Amino acid sequence: MGVRRLVVVALAVVLLVAPFVFSSYWVGLLTEITILAMLAMSLDILLGYTGLPSLGHASLFGVAAYAVGVFSTTYHMGFWSCVLGGIVVGVLLSAAIGLVVSHVRDVYFLMITLAIGMVLWGLSYRWIPVTGGDNGLSGIPRLEVHAGLPFAGPNTFYYIALAVFATSALAIAILVRSPFGLTLRGIRENEARMKSLGFNTWLHCYLSFIVSGFFASVAGILWAYYNGFVSPTYLDLTASSELFLMVTLGGPSTLIGPVLGAGAIVLLKNVMSAYTARWLLILGIVYIVAILAAPRGVWNLGDRGSG
Amino acid sequence: MNTIRVVVVALGLIAGIGIVRGQSATDPIKIGFMVPLSGANAQNGRDILNGFVMLLEEAGYQAGGRRIQLIVEDDEGIPAVGLTKARKLVERDQVHMMGGPLLASSAYAIAPYIDSQQIPMVYPVASGDDLTQRRRSKWIVRTGYTSSQPNHPFGEYAYQTMKMRRIATIALDYAFGWESVGGFERTFEEQGGQITKKLWVPLSVHDFGPYLAQLSRDLDGVYALFLGRTALQFMRQYQEYGLKGRVQLIGMGTTTDEHVLPAMGDEATGVVTALHYSGALDTPANRKFAAAYRARFKRVPSYYSESMYTGGKWLLAAIEALNGKVEDRGVLLDAIRKATPSDLPRGPVTIDEYGNPIENIYVRRVDRVNGELQNTVIATLPAVSQFWKYNPAEYLKQPLYAR
Repeated sequence: MGVRRLVVVALAVVLLVAPFVFSSYWVGLLTEITILAMLAMSLDILLGYTGLPSLGHASLFGVAAYAVGVFSTTYHMGFWSCVLGGIVVGVLLSAAIGLVVSHVRDVYFLMITLAIGMVLWGLSYRWIPVTGGDNGLSGIPRLEVHAGLPFAGPNTFYYIALAVFATSALAIAILVRSPFGLTLRGIRENEARMKSLGFNTWLHCYLSFIVSGFFASVAGILWAYYNGFVSPTYLDLTASSELFLMVTLGGPSTLIGPVLGAGAIVLLKNVMSAYTARWLLILGIVYIVAILAAPRGVWNLGDRGSG
Repeated sequence: MNTIRVVVVALGLIAGIGIVRGQSATDPIKIGFMVPLSGANAQNGRDILNGFVMLLEEAGYQAGGRRIQLIVEDDEGIPAVGLTKARKLVERDQVHMMGGPLLASSAYAIAPYIDSQQIPMVYPVASGDDLTQRRRSKWIVRTGYTSSQPNHPFGEYAYQTMKMRRIATIALDYAFGWESVGGFERTFEEQGGQITKKLWVPLSVHDFGPYLAQLSRDLDGVYALFLGRTALQFMRQYQEYGLKGRVQLIGMGTTTDEHVLPAMGDEATGVVTALHYSGALDTPANRKFAAAYRARFKRVPSYYSESMYTGGKWLLAAIEALNGKVEDRGVLLDAIRKATPSDLPRGPVTIDEYGNPIENIYVRRVDRVNGELQNTVIATLPAVSQFWKYNPAEYLKQPLYAR
């Protein structure tokens, strides 16, 4: 446990002081990492704690980002309307999809979320009057300006993202340790037993999906503001599977694992591609080695049993 | 088991060292360049990069008395990755100017960032009409073309010279397809022609059968827009379905561009397409370029290869004009816009006030010459503007071409 606590404290310190130490490029990468880490944690609720492997999670994230894009560029709505709009759209969508997917488990869950993710991707690609199609929507105002903050610049955005990330992480951590979270883990381990104990497992899975969708939407809103544009690639299969990798690489049902996974993948991609054109090969080797050496994720190394 | 943890920490440290090392004195002029070098568009991206590398090699990586450092990034053809890479080039490498990307979606995504950072940039290929029309950027000069640009004159050519009256179109279902077909449809129908059917094919298409079955045999022509894998397969199936020889195939230049042409067979002969370049363009400047490119890369130059060879000339000309003093970005941007490179492989080019080239459009027919397929130029439509013969102000009031 000592090593882990040390890593967490070191990470927290690095994240807090980053803008004073690093150049704006690295602060930008850290901003990406915090947003994607939030998204990876939201998937961890499903994948790690409830045992529902979703291959369409990026679509919830992407739809919330699109909501911000449409509300802010087409309808010129204010900051809070955009944020609330993004969350409402994301949560309503999760609630609707959840009705369908909460009945199934394991590989069937994987396939149905994959299919729904593809449908939503197709929608973003083909509903051109609203989404701008392949070209996406650009011209989303900067968050600091849109919110009317007295400060502007990449550092301000970084701290906002970090604050939202920390709050979400805390909320998710409390959630998974609550009786509700324990029930989710029970469903993951043995659903039949949970049912016989009188738990409404369908409802728990459904709520887990919605909660997960909520945090994915929050991340999507930040992502839209951070990039200043939205595009169908936010919710394509590549995005969903990369997200899946972040969680499995880092360690499902640990919360900190997905954060590390997100950080490792973003850093590996961006640092290595600056030095070699063969970076994809290296990334592939890293994935394979990680899965072979740490099948339950890097953060779970050395553990036997409970997650 | 602790080793993996050590590796994670070590990776963090390596990243940290990279951060602290930071910038040294900027002696060379730094040019940032981004295209997809992995993924489905990697070969096209590689062609663009090759052309640029060849230009810089010819210049000895020097201009205006200063050394030039080229920094290449792979944008993977994903807009968000492109933005991250643009940030890296600007904020970490502190490039003076930039070139790229390939895809219009990436181009739209990075444009607001380029404007906010005030980095002069040339777009050699990305052809989304609005990049230099309704959503144009001050800091971006396009040296390529707009999707509709070759198609406006080609629509008239198809009606007047090829005497076509009824045409069906079949094109990839994304902005590049819509804008190209839109431009063609507009001028062709203004002449009096008729587009009987517009078929849209998803980028992930694996079988053209269901689409080809919808094409009537009594048309005067079929207009096709494909590239890469889809162009190869379409051409083959067009022949298999017995359409070749019955209905004249015409289309956008990418359908028979040299990036796929060497992989095609006789099914491609006789296809007529329009673009601002042909590898077989018979001018001294292009003969020289094509021979040098073949010698260097063992490939026929495609329009992608030529794009940044030519686009890079705007950057080099600006550096020369400023004697290497590129630090004032506003002055640099002016110099790029005012540059007038000559002897270009594709022929004369001038940049209009919207930042888009006015250039020749070539009507090309695929022929087999000395055993090799080539795009023989059969007509030159000189000095074509992105607005064709229309008034720019009125043109911009109309909506962008869509499905």
